[in-house]
Amino acid sequence: MRATVLVRPKQGILDPQGEAVESALGHLGFRVADARVGKVIDLEVDAADAAEAKAQVLRMCEQLLANPLMESYEVEIVG
Amino acid sequence: MASPQPRIGVVTYPGSQDDRDALWALAALDAEAVPVWHEEERLPDLDAVVLPGGFSYGDYLRCGAIARFSPATAAVREFAAAGGLVLGICNGFQILCEAGLLPGALQRNASLRFTCRDVELRVEREGLPFTSRCARGQRLVIPVKNGEGRYVPPPDLDPRQVVLRYVDNPNGSVDDIAGVCNEAGNVLGLMPHPEHAVDPLLGSDDGALLLASLVDAARERALALA
Repeated sequence: MRATVLVRPKQGILDPQGEAVESALGHLGFRVADARVGKVIDLEVDAADAAEAKAQVLRMCEQLLANPLMESYEVEIVG
Repeated sequence: MASPQPRIGVVTYPGSQDDRDALWALAALDAEAVPVWHEEERLPDLDAVVLPGGFSYGDYLRCGAIARFSPATAAVREFAAAGGLVLGICNGFQILCEAGLLPGALQRNASLRFTCRDVELRVEREGLPFTSRCARGQRLVIPVKNGEGRYVPPPDLDPRQVVLRYVDNPNGSVDDIAGVCNEAGNVLGLMPHPEHAVDPLLGSDDGALLLASLVDAARERALALA
């Protein structure tokens, strides 16, 4: 099963990378607000079905892929 | 008769950088400095442990996130749980936070720049095994060198766990926090590098106050257990 994990800085956590990106986009003439920079982790998971794969990847997020104090995460099972 | 020289281990992970400086500084302060390899599942007989600065496992994923799974880190966790003294410097602080031995997390500097310079710190808590040679309110000049040193505490951090604050915050750390301890006070993490400030030739020897406090406490522990 193919899984994609989106890890984002939590709301309220200062994201200086997002601020830098927002400022650079401003220099290009784009009017943007609230830019936040996170990361994407793609995985191939050994699981019988999508529900099991998702449960596994959620455990991975809790234990390693995200720091729950700073980051929120979303798991998508691509199939 | 027990040896008056306490044994203090310094863990070397792949990518550790300041392990040798830490070993050198501890030896200069009259401890027996013991190198510990990250693959060691059992610590040698030690009176304290230092997790040094650097970039363990390339800082991949998050700083300290992978080092948390090293056999030596598991041994350090047991050592700390039994009341052992543990000091994490810079990357060592990041590892202790990721391992859950200290509260909070370290994030990219607000400036997005790697910052390497002397900073002034204020001692907020005296009398710990790491600050027994300092007075509350005392100013220490110790260098920082980090890209991800912005400390973010958990919402419920007990203010008594704040041991050191920046006088002029170099990285955007919340509440100017430079160093925190666990509730029991036997584990301390800080971003500045006391091991780089133990000789006036290097600009300051204020770091020796923190490290000599640790050596004192480790010596007392060694004598108590002997």
